[in-house]
Amino acid sequence: MTDFVHPALIFILGALPIPFFTGPVRKAYLLLIPVLAVVAVMAIEPGSYGQTQFLGQDILIAKVDRLSIVFATVFTIMALIGTVYALHLSDAGQHVAAFVYVGSALGVVFAGDYLTLYLFWEGMAFASAYLVFAQGGGQAIRAAFRYLMVHVTGGVVLLGGILLHGAAAGSLLFGPVEGALDAGTYLILAGFLLNAAVPPLNAWLTDAYPEATVTGAVFMSAFTTKTAVYVLARAFPGIELLVWLGTVMALYGVIYAVLENDCRRLLAYHIVSQVGYMVAGIGIGTELAMNGATSHAFAHILYKGLLFMGAGAVIYVTGRRKLTELGGLYKAMPLTVALYMIGAFAISAFPFFSGFVSKSMVVAAAGQDHRALVMLALTMASSGTFLHTGLKLPYYMFFGTDRGLQAREPPGNMLVAMGMAAALCIAIGVFPGPLYALLPYSVDFEPYTGVHVTESLGILMFTALGFVIFLRALDPENTISLDTDWFYRKGARAFMWFAGRPLARYEQAVSDVSETAVLPFLHGSARTGMRLDLNGVDRVVNGVARSILDGGGVLRRMQTGVVTHYVLAMIAGLIAAILVFAVVWR
Amino acid sequence: MIKPVVDFFGEAQYARLRRRLFYLVLVLIVAADFLVSRDHTEYLWERLPGWSAAYGFGSCVLLIFVSKFLGHRAGLMRREDYYD
Repeated sequence: MTDFVHPALIFILGALPIPFFTGPVRKAYLLLIPVLAVVAVMAIEPGSYGQTQFLGQDILIAKVDRLSIVFATVFTIMALIGTVYALHLSDAGQHVAAFVYVGSALGVVFAGDYLTLYLFWEGMAFASAYLVFAQGGGQAIRAAFRYLMVHVTGGVVLLGGILLHGAAAGSLLFGPVEGALDAGTYLILAGFLLNAAVPPLNAWLTDAYPEATVTGAVFMSAFTTKTAVYVLARAFPGIELLVWLGTVMALYGVIYAVLENDCRRLLAYHIVSQVGYMVAGIGIGTELAMNGATSHAFAHILYKGLLFMGAGAVIYVTGRRKLTELGGLYKAMPLTVALYMIGAFAISAFPFFSGFVSKSMVVAAAGQDHRALVMLALTMASSGTFLHTGLKLPYYMFFGTDRGLQAREPPGNMLVAMGMAAALCIAIGVFPGPLYALLPYSVDFEPYTGVHVTESLGILMFTALGFVIFLRALDPENTISLDTDWFYRKGARAFMWFAGRPLARYEQAVSDVSETAVLPFLHGSARTGMRLDLNGVDRVVNGVARSILDGGGVLRRMQTGVVTHYVLAMIAGLIAAILVFAVVWR
Repeated sequence: MIKPVVDFFGEAQYARLRRRLFYLVLVLIVAADFLVSRDHTEYLWERLPGWSAAYGFGSCVLLIFVSKFLGHRAGLMRREDYYD
């Protein structure tokens, strides 16, 4: 018991003193926490920790096995890189939120029961929402509210599933789902799929991530979807539905990426695409496929973090985010270009970069499992990945039309963080051994065969040929793309209209009737009723209607500070809850 | 060291050289694909040398045009103030 230090506690308790430090002391402290967490994860031994009872249910705070160790390892490494990237930031709130977010993700990864999982699951949603709120401005705040509402809804679905499943199975312990799926497990699956951004539940990701702060988006790109991949791998391996959802998802992301003009939204669509490989791998469920999904999650966190850091650096120095407004930056920021391109080669699975040794495992697993269609679709998605992340985005962001932007390299800490991620992308690609040794099953897979190398290069370089030939067709356009968030963004408006017009009119009609048609001897009571009506219902309905007629006016008028403080208060409450939880448990 | 490499990909004066090198790489990749051993292939198309080049090019073109079709004709792409 004493030799186990929960890495989630290191981050969550470690987040508390951040506001009390300033200057170099805070920077040193910020680095110390993730370093301690990396050490704690390296020292961790498989086993079960923190068994207890709560409301008559078995609780298992931490169940450590090979699968959870892989995810915890990459989570803590990425937390360290993300912290270095954010080191220049003076806003303590963002540091606190990022640490609580990482801690919650680690809490999910080690959770041995559904209640612990749920607690940390919600912690992730609130802490990560803060990273969007912190950006400020109407657009970001509206996106953050949508993000929060979608995740709270997903959380409720998950909780409903957990309760149903607990009642049916008689235990809340978290493990592979056995037997046929019932209502409870379907709800749990839906909650997990929402966080994995599986279409049609993907729009929260591409809506919110590009609105987050430059440093916040780096954290967000790493944790929420990959935590969902972890829980899917834990609970739902070998579910046929996931194979097809994952395959569709891999193509869905690249198709939307063609249309995208916002640099970080394009990268966000590629998260959807890449997580598709992992979801498909989990659905296939063979040892090779599970190893593939896990190693791809590991590699993905690092290269996607690097790509978001590169795009973030461009936004940081230019203040612009649209490809139609960027271009010609290579002269001023060659280091950023080079580091970004390492991430781009890694995500595109070029030989000697990390994606090559992980993505190919999933594709090979599909092949071994006699799923030719899945294999071809995933290969097509790799072509699309290189087309956008490796060609279109860097071309229009760094090369292309020179817009004469004033630019320079980003601060040193940002470059160092990108360098760390880039070094790992190459190291994993050249020496896959250590990563393979971490995987849940023993690895019998050799990525570097002659035919695999030439085939991969053939796919990638002839994609480049297509890009060169059809370059003009890819010119970014000043548009946004409709995704499934249309339903709740337009749906909310329809609801508001309904509340403002028909409902109010109905209410008016009711009061008209009560005024004219009621018999004289009822006038007294009718008057009382009308008074109530005018003062109570009218005011409520008209109030709602007015706020809707003002559009997002109410939100817009809300000061950024007020909203962020509000979320910070929620995070503080969450920390308090976890503290109480930890104390009671001890 | 990094700056000259990045500049090579950006400066207009290297455009011809870039293009030639690119075509050379394409030729070399297809040539190499004919030379490697294909003992452990499982699917029919995998036995065809150069299939990946054709498939990569085809995928790229298909993705561009299907996406642009969905964007322009099916109405996925909207003005930026669509939700305002």
